[in-house]
Amino acid sequence: MSESPKSGAGSDALLAADQELVPEAKSYSANQIVLRRFLRHRGAIAAMVVMAVVIVVAFSSIGVGAIPGWWDKDITTAYDKIGTGAPTWEHPFGQDTIGKDYFALTMRGTQISLFIAFGVGIISTLIGTLIGAIAGYFRGIVDSLLMRLTDVVIIIPLLAIAAVLARMSEGDLNLLILALGVLVWTSLARLVRGEVLSLRERDFVMAARAVGTSPGRIIVRHILPNTVGVITVSATLTIATAILLETSLSFLGFGVQAPDVSLGSLISDYQGAFLSRPWLFWWPGLMILAIALSVNFIGDGLRDAFDPRQTSTKE
Amino acid sequence: MFLFILRRTLASVVVLLLSSVLMFWLTVNSGDPLADLRGSNADNAQQLMDARVATMNLDLPWYERYWMWLDGVAGCFTGSCDFGVNRSGQDVLFLTGLAAQSTLRLVTAATLIAIVVGVALGILTAIRQYSGFDYGVTFAAFLFFSLPVFWAAVLLKEFGAIRFNDWIAGGQLGPVTILLLAAVIAVALPAVLGGTTRRKVVTGGATFAFVVVVLFLFNLLDWYRNPISGPFTALVAAGGAAVLVTAVVAGIRNRRALYAALTTAVVGVIAYAVLAFTPLLADPSWLGLFGLFVVAIAVSLVIGRLWGGYNKKQVMLVTGVTGALTSLIVVADILIGYWARFLGLKSRPISTIGAQTPNFTGDFWERLIDYGTQLILPTALLALVSIATHSRFTRSSMLEVLNQDYVRTARAKGLSEREVVVKHAFRNSLIPITTIVAFDFAALIGGAVITETVFGWQGMGQLFITGLRQVDPAPVMAFFLVTGTAVVVMNLLADLAYASLDPRIRR
Repeated sequence: MSESPKSGAGSDALLAADQELVPEAKSYSANQIVLRRFLRHRGAIAAMVVMAVVIVVAFSSIGVGAIPGWWDKDITTAYDKIGTGAPTWEHPFGQDTIGKDYFALTMRGTQISLFIAFGVGIISTLIGTLIGAIAGYFRGIVDSLLMRLTDVVIIIPLLAIAAVLARMSEGDLNLLILALGVLVWTSLARLVRGEVLSLRERDFVMAARAVGTSPGRIIVRHILPNTVGVITVSATLTIATAILLETSLSFLGFGVQAPDVSLGSLISDYQGAFLSRPWLFWWPGLMILAIALSVNFIGDGLRDAFDPRQTSTKE
Repeated sequence: MFLFILRRTLASVVVLLLSSVLMFWLTVNSGDPLADLRGSNADNAQQLMDARVATMNLDLPWYERYWMWLDGVAGCFTGSCDFGVNRSGQDVLFLTGLAAQSTLRLVTAATLIAIVVGVALGILTAIRQYSGFDYGVTFAAFLFFSLPVFWAAVLLKEFGAIRFNDWIAGGQLGPVTILLLAAVIAVALPAVLGGTTRRKVVTGGATFAFVVVVLFLFNLLDWYRNPISGPFTALVAAGGAAVLVTAVVAGIRNRRALYAALTTAVVGVIAYAVLAFTPLLADPSWLGLFGLFVVAIAVSLVIGRLWGGYNKKQVMLVTGVTGALTSLIVVADILIGYWARFLGLKSRPISTIGAQTPNFTGDFWERLIDYGTQLILPTALLALVSIATHSRFTRSSMLEVLNQDYVRTARAKGLSEREVVVKHAFRNSLIPITTIVAFDFAALIGGAVITETVFGWQGMGQLFITGLRQVDPAPVMAFFLVTGTAVVVMNLLADLAYASLDPRIRR
C-alpha cells in the first residue's frame, strides 16, 4: 500500500500527543495518553471489572492451596442432596449427580483455567517476542531459519498438535501449560519481527550501535520498549486463545485429568445432563464465555489505545 | 510471477516435510501403543501384543517407521498411494477417503458461508462505523469468538434441532413470536440502511407492518410445512436478485445493465419452467446439474455481451452474477417444493447426529434435502466463528482503505458513494482479506475436530482422535497430510489471488 513505512508504537503515541495537546492545553506523557484512551473505551472498562470480579471470587471463595477461602464447602465432599440438586441458597450453583457442591467445583475449574490461560500467555509471549526480535534484528540466515521454524509450527492445525503435546503431558498441569505455551507464539513472532525490521533502521538504533552497544542490549533497551503495544495486545488475545484451547482439549479428554477439574472438563463430564440437570451445563460455559469475552474486549481496548489510527476517524 | 509461485510452493513442501517429521515423532512418543493390552487379563494378551508389534512395526526405531510411511506416501506421485495401516490392519488410505469426503463437505460449506456473510457484514459495519448496527455486530462477533464450540453445540442441538423439530410438527408461529421477529427486523434493517432519524422511523414502521402481515399470511397458508413454490416465486426472487446485483455492481441508473440483468433472470426462470418437466431437473445427477450451471453462466455472459453497449465487461459481470444467483434460486425453489414430501418421509427433519440419515431412501432432491438438514447445524456452528473473524478483519481493512488519499480523491472528483466503496475501497481491502481466508480454512479443518466429535460425524477429526488415543501414527499422519496439503494449496491460491488483485505483484 502507498502508505509511509509503519512507525513504531512509541512514535505513534508521541504523534498523537501532539494532536491532543492542542485542545487540552495540557501535556501528557505517552503512557498517560495510552491510559487515557484505554479508560475511554467503555467496553474494555466493563470487561476489566468483570475480569477482576471473576478472578477475586474464584481465588478468594475456595482458597488457594492451604489457604482457606470464605466458602464453607469443598470440591471433594458429597453433601446431602437437596431435591434434584438444583440451585438453592445452600448450593447456589446446584449440586452434581452425587451431591458435590457445584459452586466450589466451578470455582476450582475457573482457577485452573485461569492459571493455564495466564501461564500460556506469559510463556508464549516470551518465546514469540524473543524469536521475532532475534529474527528481525539479525535478518539474513537467522531470520530465514527462525521464520521457517515458525512455518513448521503454523502448518500443523493448532488443535491437533496441542492434543498430541497435551497427551504427552499426562495430566501434569505445569507440563500442559508448557506444551500449549510452545505452540501459540507464532503470530506474535511474526508481528514482532515486522516491527523490529522497521525499528532497526531508525536513527536511535544506529546511534546506539555507533557507541558500541551490544546487540542484546539494543534489542532489550532500545527496540522492544517501542513494540510494547503490539506485544500487549497480542498477549491479551493469546490468553483468550489459550483458555478456549484448554477447554477444547479437556473436552476431548487430552487436557486436565480427573480428579482435577477445569471449566472444559466440567462441561465434558456433564454434557449429557443438559436436559435433566441444566445447571451443570450452564455455569462452567458461562464462566468460559465471561472470561474469554472480557479478555477479547480488553484486547480491543488496548489496541485502540496503542494504535491512534484506529480512533482517529471518530467524528 | 511463475518463478515466484514455484519458489513459494517449494518452500511450502520443505516446511510440510519438516512438520511431518515433527508430527510423526511427537505422535509416536505421545504414549504407549500397547497400553490397553498390558492391562488386559486375556490369555492371549502376549500373542495380541506380538501381532500388534508386527502390524505397527514397533520393533523398528521411529525414523525407520517414518521412512516407511514417507516412502508409501511418496508413492502417490507414481500412482500407488500407501498411507499405511492402522493398528487393526485397516488400509488408512481407504479410511481417509471416506473421512475426507464428509469433512471437506462440512468445511467447504462453512467457508463459503463465512466468506460471503463475514465480508458483507464487515463492509456494512465499516461504512456505518460507530452506528448502533456497528456496535451490535461488533459485540456479536466478540461473543462468537469467545464461545466454547462444544458448549454452543449442545445449545444448538437443543434449540436448533429438538425444539425446531417439535415446532415444525405444528408449523404455526405464535402471535408473540411474530411481533418479536418483526420488531427485531424492523430495528435491524433501518440500522443497516442508515439515514436520518425520521427516515429510520418511517422505514422501521413500514418494515414492521410488512413482516407482521407476511408472517400471519404464512401461518394461514401453513407455509412452514407446505411452502408454495414454482416458476412464479422463482421469478420474483430472481428479479429481486437482478435489481440488487445491478444496484451494487453498476448502479441502478445504468439502464443497459438493469435490462440485461432482468433478461437473464427471465430467461433463467423460463428455462426452469420448461426443464422442470424433463429428467434433467426432475431427477438429475450431480454432473447434469453442474452442466446446466455452466450452460446458465455461458448464456448469461452472452446476454451481457449482447446488451453490453460501450461497457461490455461491466454488464457481463452483472449478468454473470445474476445468472449464478438465478441458478441457485431455481435449486432453492425446487428444494422448497420438495419440503412437504420430505417432511412426510422424515417427520423430525433436523438431525443432531451423523452425516446422513441411515436407511434414507428418496430421489435426488429428497436426498439433497437430507444432506442439507444434516449439514445445517455443524456448518452453522463452524461458520459462526469464521464469520466473526472475517467481519472484524474486513471491517478494519475497509476502514484503513477508506482513510486513504485515493479514496478522498475518488470522492472529490464526484464519484457516487457506491463507486467509491465497491470499486476503490473494497477491491483494495480484499488483499489482506485473502490472507485471512486462506489461513482460516486450515483453522476450520482443525476446528472441525471438535464439531465432528459433538455431532457424531465419521470424519477426519474422528480419524485423528482415535489414532491419537491409540498412539497409532498412520491415521494421525493421514489427518496431518490432508490438513497440511490444504494449507499449502490455500496459501498458493492466496498468492494467485494477490497477483490478480494487486498489479504490483504481477512482475
